Amino acid sequence: MPVRPDYIRPLDFKSGRIDMSHGAGGRAAAQLIDELFLRAFDNPWLRQGNDQAAFEAPPELAQGGRLVMSTDGHVVSPLFFPGGDLGCLCVHGTINDVAMAGARPLYLAASFIIEEGLPLSTLRDVVSSMARASREAGVPIVTGDTKVVEQGKGDGLFITTTGVGVVPPGVRIDGAAARPGDVVLVSGTLGEHGVAVLSQRESLAFDTTIRSDTAALHTLVADLLAAAGAGVRVLRDPTRGGLATTLNEIARQSGVGMHIDEAAVPVLPDVEAACELLGLDPLYVANEGKLVAVCAPDVADAALAALRSHPLGAAAARIGVVTEDPHHFVQMTTRFGGRRIVDWLTGEPLPRIC
Amino acid sequence: MKYVDEFRDGDLARRLAARIGAEVNPARTYRFMEFCGGHTHALSRYGVLELLPPQVRMIHGPGCPVCVLPIGRIDQAISLALDRGAIVCTYGDTMRVPASQGLSLIKAKARGGDIRMVYSAADALKLAQAQPEREVVFFAIGFETTTPPTALVVRQAQSLGVRNFSVLCCHVLTPAAVTHILAAPDAQRHGRVELDGFIGPAHVSIVIGSAPYEPFAAGWHKPVVIAGFEPLDVMQAILMLVRQVNEGRAVVENEFTRAVTRDGNRAAQAVMDEVFEVRESFEWRGLGVVPHSALRLRDCFRAFDAEHRFALSYQSVPDHKGCECGAILRGVKRPTDCKLFGNVCTPDNPVGSCMVSSEGACSAHYSYGRFKDIPVVAQPA
Repeated sequence: MPVRPDYIRPLDFKSGRIDMSHGAGGRAAAQLIDELFLRAFDNPWLRQGNDQAAFEAPPELAQGGRLVMSTDGHVVSPLFFPGGDLGCLCVHGTINDVAMAGARPLYLAASFIIEEGLPLSTLRDVVSSMARASREAGVPIVTGDTKVVEQGKGDGLFITTTGVGVVPPGVRIDGAAARPGDVVLVSGTLGEHGVAVLSQRESLAFDTTIRSDTAALHTLVADLLAAAGAGVRVLRDPTRGGLATTLNEIARQSGVGMHIDEAAVPVLPDVEAACELLGLDPLYVANEGKLVAVCAPDVADAALAALRSHPLGAAAARIGVVTEDPHHFVQMTTRFGGRRIVDWLTGEPLPRIC
Repeated sequence: MKYVDEFRDGDLARRLAARIGAEVNPARTYRFMEFCGGHTHALSRYGVLELLPPQVRMIHGPGCPVCVLPIGRIDQAISLALDRGAIVCTYGDTMRVPASQGLSLIKAKARGGDIRMVYSAADALKLAQAQPEREVVFFAIGFETTTPPTALVVRQAQSLGVRNFSVLCCHVLTPAAVTHILAAPDAQRHGRVELDGFIGPAHVSIVIGSAPYEPFAAGWHKPVVIAGFEPLDVMQAILMLVRQVNEGRAVVENEFTRAVTRDGNRAAQAVMDEVFEVRESFEWRGLGVVPHSALRLRDCFRAFDAEHRFALSYQSVPDHKGCECGAILRGVKRPTDCKLFGNVCTPDNPVGSCMVSSEGACSAHYSYGRFKDIPVVAQPA
């Protein structure tokens, strides 16, 4: 049989595993990039094959628009959970961080830290999910990096994504822009992502129909800005730490207080039930496909209507108001009729025991 | 949510609040202690305190399992993990309780201790079976609620012949703590507060029943109303206490009839009695040494007693000098009377035990109620 000079045995996605050579920069590394990443993410920038992606300046820049950039490390465990997986999560997460500036997300970069021994099939499933999410969102992954760490030095797979976007001229969204009298909106029901992931934890596994809400929010943001324009003052996605943490961050950054109405905060009954059992408060549980918007009172109705007419904002609600408060407290009228603080999260959200 | 919303109904709450307001004697105060952290949490989280008339003062009792855990016991658990190489399993709340040398279980974990959070004692036993080459210690804390599961697991470990599993037993007894508060043997040091009645524990009473509280009503002439942990339960119990006080009665009443009987759970009591015996005395954080107030494993289960297995000796460690947890747990002081409160002692950096768990008096006030200490400039429309 003649020698095939460029032959290389295709990657074994059935039973193969990542080994140290996949991160060594040699032929195995090049093969992993060609057969997995390039094929999945395929786009002109990646095809250039350079260590960086070069792209044209977006047209908004010439009209006074601004560039935004954001980065986010994703370390979710387990890698697959009801409603999503690390792959789509790391795409949505960074698109959302860019979109919360009111920006149109343009490009993503992805850096993989892979633990030796990870089944190639697992990596392929995560990468396919990333590719799907990026295509659906219309935001290509244009550059990336792969490293392999020894077994025991990483939890399977960590992915860091970085995003670049452009803010249209005239849009100024800023965590410090909330003013007393402004209205606080959320784009939908809270806590699904955190509960969906917790339900899969080995020590805790419980049956639930709750699915992660992971989603890219840039089109929702675009609709919101089209309807409420400069009246949108703050946008933020309540991920880790949940709504409570996000409201406290905005209150501190803007130097204001907040008052929310518990009865108006949308939470699915299943999420409420799971939180009740686990001793968690849905206000502190992570979301991956929701946003908090602080709007001027005169555009609040239009903003809420815009959110509700988008499929990702159908359950949007008006949950409270911004107040003047030198202590930056986030207060809440409970469904019960009393009042309390909704404080920063302390430590990990540990369940109570009795 | 069915079976939960019914107990958190805002309209009913307002009606109950109005009833309490109408029935209190405006000329006197009513000082009620809710023993359990679960009640403290419900009062704060749902804003119940705001609905009560000013004559009713709620005093937060010591019934928070992690709040009463003394430094010396956490030091023992930390040393098992760091010095003896054991896997220490514990309930989540215990992780952040401050111990000696600026440590806590969560900080000891960061220093390489193999410390794991579990949801049940059974998980710790499963871990021991999965890792027969490692010593696995279950750091058992809590009142009578968490004691029966520990007892069951010890019995199971014995019948399965598991040789690498043991329990660091810090289970404590509710009636002994109530007696200690009423008798106030250390009143000279901490002062004492006259109480007009108790809200009795919910889950603890499911296990021990309502009978053990009868001496407090008969002997000390203190009304006791056992209540569930939902906010309406607590308000109903407060109304029942107000009525007892107004009528000069002092009996044990049961608001939590959907779960608590006079005799409690006999099967749970039997397994506790089979596995555990009462210690001569036990140190409680904040309350000091309380006689006959905690459990240890009986001799026939000695092989599973971590204190015996690792030859641990108990070293009492005093609390921070400025910490008022002792007086706060007795109801003599309020969290805001402590110089450390909200200053060097916050839920993120707790100095005293009352700041650790959301069931602790200080943490509950800090996390849910501290806006009341400071006038807020603008009220919402």
